[in-house]
Amino acid sequence: MRIRLPLLLFALAFGTASAEASELERVPPVAHAETAKECGECHMAFQPALLPAAGWTLVMDGLKEHFGENAELPRDTSAGIREYLTTRAGRTGDPRLMRITEQPWFVREHRHRQSVRQRPDIRSKTNCPACHPRAEAGIYEDD
Amino acid sequence: MKIRKALLLASVMTVVSATGVAADPARDAILGAYARQAASERGGFEGFSAARGERLYLGPHTGGNPQTPACATCHGPDPRAPGRHVKTGRPIEPMAVSANPRRFTDAADVEKRFARDCPNVLGRPCSAEEKGDFITFLTGR
Repeated sequence: MRIRLPLLLFALAFGTASAEASELERVPPVAHAETAKECGECHMAFQPALLPAAGWTLVMDGLKEHFGENAELPRDTSAGIREYLTTRAGRTGDPRLMRITEQPWFVREHRHRQSVRQRPDIRSKTNCPACHPRAEAGIYEDD
Repeated sequence: MKIRKALLLASVMTVVSATGVAADPARDAILGAYARQAASERGGFEGFSAARGERLYLGPHTGGNPQTPACATCHGPDPRAPGRHVKTGRPIEPMAVSANPRRFTDAADVEKRFARDCPNVLGRPCSAEEKGDFITFLTGR
């Protein structure tokens, strides 16, 4: 029994981590016209489940300086998008981080060799469809 | 009479081929509003210029985000081809109206993009004259 307890704990921890990642391999696609249009102009419109609600709140509070670019929206547009993203937000992830690419599950799932990162068609970690052809539909299991 | 009609048709066709595309009422209205604004901003305003619009598009400029010294940085040197966001890699539909007839037909969208991208490229807002020059250039391409 003494020997098995650490094994059990390990299995539990590992099981939780992979359950979290697999929960995010298929997420509901963006089904809100303004979110798809406004967020999708400069990058893929990321699905609400990819960040916890607090993360989306940080993003929507900071559109004037959105990762180095001005992404301000008219107030009613931004309120509608905020509502859509936060009410359908993910259950997992670190609520203090507003970068999806810094979420622990993301980092864990994207430990690639440097040569993969340098593929010229990728350019950025936020370019999901470069490696996940069905990313826009919320399907990430086919990498 | 027949000759007059033919002449009229020919002149209309010349206008269409000179601009590259048929006129769009929504785009005309946007340009008209910028022309009125440009006249009120600058006394000597004499109409928009595709050549000035092209220089604005191609840059390079200083004063904005060093990653984006020109509109062409993301939209590409040939506005009839698709662009690519320099940071995210996201494809961008062509800017030239001949390749993308929906360009500059939604006034709110046009204003939103100028409000964001002029500071990104130039480090300041664009004047109404610059906006009209830009649209005039891309309407003719």
